[in-house]
Amino acid sequence: MTTFWILAPVMVIAALGLLFARKAVHAALGLAVVMISLAILYAAQGAPFLFAVQIIVYTGAIMMLFLFVLMLVGVDTSESLRETIGGQRLAAAAVGLAFGVVMVTIVGQAVVSPTTGLKAANADGNVEGLAALMFGPYVLAVQFTAALLITAVLGAMVMAHHESLLPRRSQADLARQRLRDYAERGVHPGNAPTPGVFARHNAVDTPALLPDGTPLEASISESIIGRGQVRSGYDEAVDDMARRLDPASDDRADDEEGEGK
Amino acid sequence: MFDLQWLLIAIPLASGALLLIWGKESDRFGHLIGTAASAASFVLGVVLFAALLGHDAEDRSHAVSLFTWIDTGTFHVEMSFVYDQLSALFVLLITGVGTLIHVYSIGYMEHDERRRRFFAFLNLFIAAMLTLVLAGDYLVLFLGWEGVGLASYLLIGFWQHKPSAAAAAKKAFVVNRVGDIGMALAIMLMFAQFGTSAIAAVNAAAPGATDAVTTSLGLLLLLGACGKSAQVPLQSWLLDAMEGPTPVSALIHAATMVTAGVYLVVRSNAIFDASEVARTAVIVVGLVTLLAGAWIGCAKDDIKKALAGSTMSQIGYMMLAAGLGPAGYPFAIFHLITHGFFKANMFLGAGSVMHGMDDDVDMRHYGGLRKAMPVTFATFALGYLAIIGFPGFSGFWSKDKIIETAFGENLWVGLGALLGAGVTAFYMTRLMMMTFFGDARWKDDVHPHESPKVMTVPLVALGALSLLGGVLLVGDWIVEWLEPVTGHAEHHELAVPAIVLTLIITLVAATGVALGFLTYGRRPVAAETPADGSVSFLARAGRHELYGNELNEAVVVRPTRHLTRFLVWFDGKGIDGFVTGLADRLGDTSQLLRKPQTGYVRSYALTMFAGVAIVVLCLLAVTLA
Amino acid sequence: MTEYITLSMILFTIGAVGVLVRRNAIIVFMCIELMLNATNLAFVSFSRQHGNLDGQLAAFFVMVVAAAEVVIGLSIIISIYRTRRTTSVDDASLLKS
Repeated sequence: MTTFWILAPVMVIAALGLLFARKAVHAALGLAVVMISLAILYAAQGAPFLFAVQIIVYTGAIMMLFLFVLMLVGVDTSESLRETIGGQRLAAAAVGLAFGVVMVTIVGQAVVSPTTGLKAANADGNVEGLAALMFGPYVLAVQFTAALLITAVLGAMVMAHHESLLPRRSQADLARQRLRDYAERGVHPGNAPTPGVFARHNAVDTPALLPDGTPLEASISESIIGRGQVRSGYDEAVDDMARRLDPASDDRADDEEGEGK
Repeated sequence: MFDLQWLLIAIPLASGALLLIWGKESDRFGHLIGTAASAASFVLGVVLFAALLGHDAEDRSHAVSLFTWIDTGTFHVEMSFVYDQLSALFVLLITGVGTLIHVYSIGYMEHDERRRRFFAFLNLFIAAMLTLVLAGDYLVLFLGWEGVGLASYLLIGFWQHKPSAAAAAKKAFVVNRVGDIGMALAIMLMFAQFGTSAIAAVNAAAPGATDAVTTSLGLLLLLGACGKSAQVPLQSWLLDAMEGPTPVSALIHAATMVTAGVYLVVRSNAIFDASEVARTAVIVVGLVTLLAGAWIGCAKDDIKKALAGSTMSQIGYMMLAAGLGPAGYPFAIFHLITHGFFKANMFLGAGSVMHGMDDDVDMRHYGGLRKAMPVTFATFALGYLAIIGFPGFSGFWSKDKIIETAFGENLWVGLGALLGAGVTAFYMTRLMMMTFFGDARWKDDVHPHESPKVMTVPLVALGALSLLGGVLLVGDWIVEWLEPVTGHAEHHELAVPAIVLTLIITLVAATGVALGFLTYGRRPVAAETPADGSVSFLARAGRHELYGNELNEAVVVRPTRHLTRFLVWFDGKGIDGFVTGLADRLGDTSQLLRKPQTGYVRSYALTMFAGVAIVVLCLLAVTLA
Repeated sequence: MTEYITLSMILFTIGAVGVLVRRNAIIVFMCIELMLNATNLAFVSFSRQHGNLDGQLAAFFVMVVAAAEVVIGLSIIISIYRTRRTTSVDDASLLKS
């Protein structure tokens, strides 16, 4: 009984965490606590097999699956506190409270006969007892369960399968497209020029210089242009950079402040 | 022999239908077909009448049933006709006067391009009117009743391009519908009470019926008669009906159709004999109309409207006579026939005058026409003498008898009828003086001339009939002739000898003539109608037809209009408002119910969870209970 | 015994309310798991109450079904996330046109 009284408040608090945690990961941790505590309660109630299954299937597999999906869709996503449906929280609280009170006060008190205990049922061992039931009277249900699991696996595969909307483009297609672009719009068919070529500096953020000395934007990755981190390829800028990188330079700290300029 | 009576109706009916469906090529001779059809009916009528004369008095009613018209359960109506003494006289009057007017119309309508249609309508009228008087069943009578109403409508509005004619036709139609309601209700009541609407059966059953039934029947039939015969209070349409061509006024609105009400009362004599109240109502209606029509006749300058007022008044006499019971019925019919002669004569004469005066109807533009139109004048004078009751003329005998019988019934009724005779003499003298005597007040471009032979010959014939119509009374022939139909009358002993009363009547009429002569014969007549303000109250009221239209407007039209407006309002605001309001509320409720349908899964889950909670509670409640 | 059932009911209610108030589909899913676990606890407790192992077997089946359900549910969440870049259940409010 001690086990119960220790675990019960923990479980309730952890379960309430499911209601109030802003981050999904915290909620998942709360659920994990509830599940492990449940496993212990199963063990305490003469169900060692379920104890093991609870740990392995729920805590081990299902919770991991939850966390895995949470990682996939973004751990950080926390829902806004503003309720979108007017009165939903209040109504849910009221209905939940009413339901809880009814269930706890009446159904919870519905146990009238004295507890039999599982000593007799578990005499041959809990696993053996369950097996006798499972492959005895419940064998058809087990078969259906097997079918259910296989269906679920197939369903999950179908759902998770990414369907491409267009046919995959082969290398020949790409080459043809490139030449068509050249013919129609004069886009250079060959590789894009690498950055830093003929520049004084060969970093990825420094554009290549054309023979007349002007920088070529196309030589730099679009994402760097998007972030505004392109350095000019002119002499002054390169000299400036070289001076800053020089450990012996005095004005290094000052220059670091104006790095973004 | 008498089984051929249906031919009387069939000939003009077929002719009318033929003229209506035959194309333009019949325009040249259509009027001849129409006249021939009417004449054929007349000839057949004469033959049948002669045959009837050959029978004994008890064997003079010949019923014939053509086919079963309606046979539904207990309601059984035969298309039956009865040719007896009463209908025989009517057949002669309708087809005789009708044929003369057909002939007259050939000349009168000569320049109307729709003459063929006019004759078709005339034939239709003859057929319907004959159906009315020959009917052996009230429902068949009603068929003819509506038929003459239709013909009257079509002919009043014959010149439908004139808005006034179209409006007059509509007015006649609508006012007649009011009367027809009475007719229809009476027939329904007959069926409900007696299980039949056959005239003979109803007349046989009427004496045994309760007072309430006979009184209701009598009053309902009187309502129908009032509508058709332009009696007060349904008189207003007759004066407007003068918008129709003059032959129509002569045939339908003087000689025949408007007397259908009198015929109806006489034909239903058993009902009226059984109900004192209904008979009194007939007398009152007749007396009031007699005086009202005479009053209007004194004030109108329109020659046709003056004659129409006179017609109302004379039909009032007939009604009055019909209300006097078996003693009066023969004289009602007698006066009806003589009136048919002389009033048709005068209307046709008026038409002849209008023909010569370029369709001007205002008597103030006439004057001195006796020289321009000698034949018209002469024949008109015969009609004039007849209507004022100049001794020896037809009107003298018939009117004299009615007044005499009225005195036998009640002193005051007799005095009213006597007064009417005086007024009649006055307004007819006025009409005569203004039209044919005095100075010529013609418009400059009018050149009065005598009408062609085709118009004057019927005038002469009718003039002769006006003079000689009284022969029917020789040896009380008409009284004995009609006795099997109208019943025997006990002879009332008068306070004064009949000859004295006749002298008094003649004296009163002479006074009227003298007054008229002094007022309009000796003094020049104004060429323009004096303004309303410059004439006496009596003349003003007469000109406005005793404010009958205004009364109708105030009593019937305006309340109805208000009721209609209210109904429209109620329909719009009440009914529609209720319906659209219901729809709106449903829409609002739907909008409200739409709210929970947010589309959010969580919201639905909440509903479900609440449902679960409720189900659990219910389960607990059931278990604990 | 009553206390086990009571705890089970409390956990179940918390899970249910969590389903109603949380908008992150993954957390909603976790709340469903919590509800399933609460019923499992009740199963095991009643199993001890009645002295037979059928309850435990039922709990076992629930675990199996839950495992299958998690697999499918999470793959649905992944699919939604892939197309809509969100895991909020309120964004999938297509039931209202």
